[in-house]
Amino acid sequence: MLSISNLGITFTQYDQGLRRKQLTVITDLDLTIQAGEVVAVMGASGSGKSLLAHALLGILPDNAQLSGTMEFQGEPLTPKRCEALRGKAIALIPQSVGYLDPLMTVGRQVQRVGQLNGLSSGAARTLANRTFARYDLPPTTRQRYPFQLSGGMARRVLVSTAVLTQAQLVIADEPTPGLHPDVVTETLNHLRELAREGRGVMLITHDIEAALQVADRVAVFYAGTTVEIAAAEDFARGNLRHPYTQALWRSLPQNDFVPVPGNQPSPENLPVGCLYRDRCAWVTSECEQARPELRFVRQGWVRCIHAER
Amino acid sequence: MDMQLRSVFTFVARKLLRLGLLLLAVAIFTFVLLSLSPIDPVQAYIGADMMQISSEQRQLIAERWGLDQPMIIRFWDWLGQLVQGNWGTSMVFNQPVSEVIASRFWVSLPMLAIAWLLSGILGLGLGILSGALAGSWIDRVVRLYAYTLASSPTFWVALLLLIVFSVALRVTPICCAAPPGILAADVTLWQHLHHLLLPAIALSIIGIANIALHTRQKLIDVLHSDYILFARAQGESLWGVVRHHGFRNLILPALTLQFASLSELFGGSVLVEQVFAYPGLGAATVQAALRSDVPLLVGIVFFSALFVYTGNTLADLTYPIVDPRIRLGGWQT
Repeated sequence: MLSISNLGITFTQYDQGLRRKQLTVITDLDLTIQAGEVVAVMGASGSGKSLLAHALLGILPDNAQLSGTMEFQGEPLTPKRCEALRGKAIALIPQSVGYLDPLMTVGRQVQRVGQLNGLSSGAARTLANRTFARYDLPPTTRQRYPFQLSGGMARRVLVSTAVLTQAQLVIADEPTPGLHPDVVTETLNHLRELAREGRGVMLITHDIEAALQVADRVAVFYAGTTVEIAAAEDFARGNLRHPYTQALWRSLPQNDFVPVPGNQPSPENLPVGCLYRDRCAWVTSECEQARPELRFVRQGWVRCIHAER
Repeated sequence: MDMQLRSVFTFVARKLLRLGLLLLAVAIFTFVLLSLSPIDPVQAYIGADMMQISSEQRQLIAERWGLDQPMIIRFWDWLGQLVQGNWGTSMVFNQPVSEVIASRFWVSLPMLAIAWLLSGILGLGLGILSGALAGSWIDRVVRLYAYTLASSPTFWVALLLLIVFSVALRVTPICCAAPPGILAADVTLWQHLHHLLLPAIALSIIGIANIALHTRQKLIDVLHSDYILFARAQGESLWGVVRHHGFRNLILPALTLQFASLSELFGGSVLVEQVFAYPGLGAATVQAALRSDVPLLVGIVFFSALFVYTGNTLADLTYPIVDPRIRLGGWQT
C-alpha cells in the first residue's frame, strides 16, 4: 500500500548572512507498509522519524526538498496528491494534547475532522459522538477543552481524530512516551484494532518494547536512513541483521543492559561510507568505501555488508 | 452559581479598591506638581487685571484661599472638596469643571469611538492578511504601510489629511464640529458625521499600524504551532486554519491591545483636535494648559485616569470570555 524507496529530504538554510547551506537530514530511506499491518518505525531522536511522517502528509516546511520515490496505493505521492489525501486517506495521530487547539472544545475539533472528510455538520457530530462512545469517553468529554483532559483521555481523543476518517494509512507519531503502562497498552491495542480493520498503521517510536508489543515488522532508522527492516519475532529469536539493531536490543534492561557507545552523526557532517561505521564493532576498511545498499538477508532487509555473519 | 457570584463580587471589589488607590496617587502627584509649578493661582484667577490690584488685596485673596497654609493642609482641604464632588470652576469656560468635561467629552466620544473601531477592525484585518501571507508582496505592502505610519507623528498625519482632503480636494470641512453660523440644535446628523470623519480617520490611522503589526506577529506564531500542523495534517486549508484556529487564538492579544490603546487614543485626540479645531475634550485640555486653568486641568487628569483604567478593566473582562483556560481554570476533573 505504501512504498518508499531512496527517500531523501534536504533543507536549504541560510547560514550567517546570505550564504546558503544544504542540510541533508534523510538519505536513502526505505519502507513499505501493507494494509492490515502495523509497522513500527524506530530510531533515536534526530533519525528522521517525524520528518518521514510530515513528508507523507505533505506538511514539511517550504525550504525542504524531497528526492527518491514515495508511492501510495500504486501511485506516486506528489505534493498535490499529498494535499488531496491528507486527513482523508492518510491520517496522523499526533504525539500529545499540545497538537489540539487549546481554545476549542475537543468535541468541536473531532467534529471538524468529520466535516473536512465531507460530512455535514450534523452527520459529523453524530459520528464524533459515536467515536467517543467507542473509546469509552463520557459524553461530557465533548464540552471539555484540551487542558481539561487526563493523559489517557487525551490519547483516546487523539486516536478518535484518525478513526473518524476513512484513512487507509494511519501514522501514529510517538504515541506512548510519558504515559502510564496501562494507557500505553490501551493505546497500542487501539492501533492494533485499526490494523484489524484493514488499515495500514505506521507507529513512530523510540520505545523498542512498545514497538515489539504491537508491530508486525520493525523498521530501524539511523541518521536518516533505514538500516534494517525485520519481523517483530526476529528480535526475540536473535535473528537480527544489523549491528545497530543488535546493540539496541542488547541495551534493554531485561537483556544485557549494555548501552550503545557513541552518538548518531549529525546531518552537518555525515561520514563517507557506512553511516554507522564509527560505532560499529564489525567495521572494516570496506565500510569506508561506499554507503551499503539495502539487501535482503534471512527474510529481512538490511543495510550492512557484513550482515551474513 | 454561588461561587460565581462570589468571584464576581471579589473581582468588582478588587477593581474598585485599585481604582481608589490609583486616583489617590494621581491626586497626590497632580497636587504636588501643580503646587511646585510656576503657576501663581491668584494671578491665573485674576488674569490681565493683575496690575490693577495692590499687594494687600493679593495677600487677602491668598489668605481667603488658604494659600498661606502648609502644603499638606491644603492638600487635605482640596481632597475633601474633591471627594464631595466639588471639582471647582473652570476659569477659561466660566462653568463648573464637571459640566465642561461632560459636554466636551460628548463631543469627543463619537470621534473616539469611530477611530477606535476603525483602527481595531482595519488593524485586525490587515494583520491577519499579512500574517497569513507572510513573505508575499501583500505582506510587504502592509508592513511598509504600518512601519511608515507607526513612525509618523499624529499631528503631521492630521495636517496631511487636512491639506489633501479639505484644502486640495475640498471634500471635507476644514475645521470644527459643525458648520459655522448654525445653531447647535439645527446641526444634522450628516453634518456631524461629515465634520468628525477626518479627525476620526487621522486618529485611527496611527492605531491601525500598532494592531496590524501585533496581529501579524501573533498569527505567524500561531501558524507555526503544533496544533496548526495537526490541523493541516487533517486536511485544513490555509484559510480554514486561519478561520477555525488562528482567529480564536489571536483575538485575545488583539483585544487586550485594543483596550489598552485607549490611553494612546486619548493622547492622540489632544493633538488631532488641535489640528482640526475640533471642540472636544482634547482641545479643552490644550486650552486649560495654555491658560493655566488649574481646576479644569486637574479635572481632565482625573477623567483621563478613569478613562484609561476603564479600558484596561474591560480588557481584563474579555480574558475569561475568550479564553476557557482562564474561565474554567479552577474547575478540573
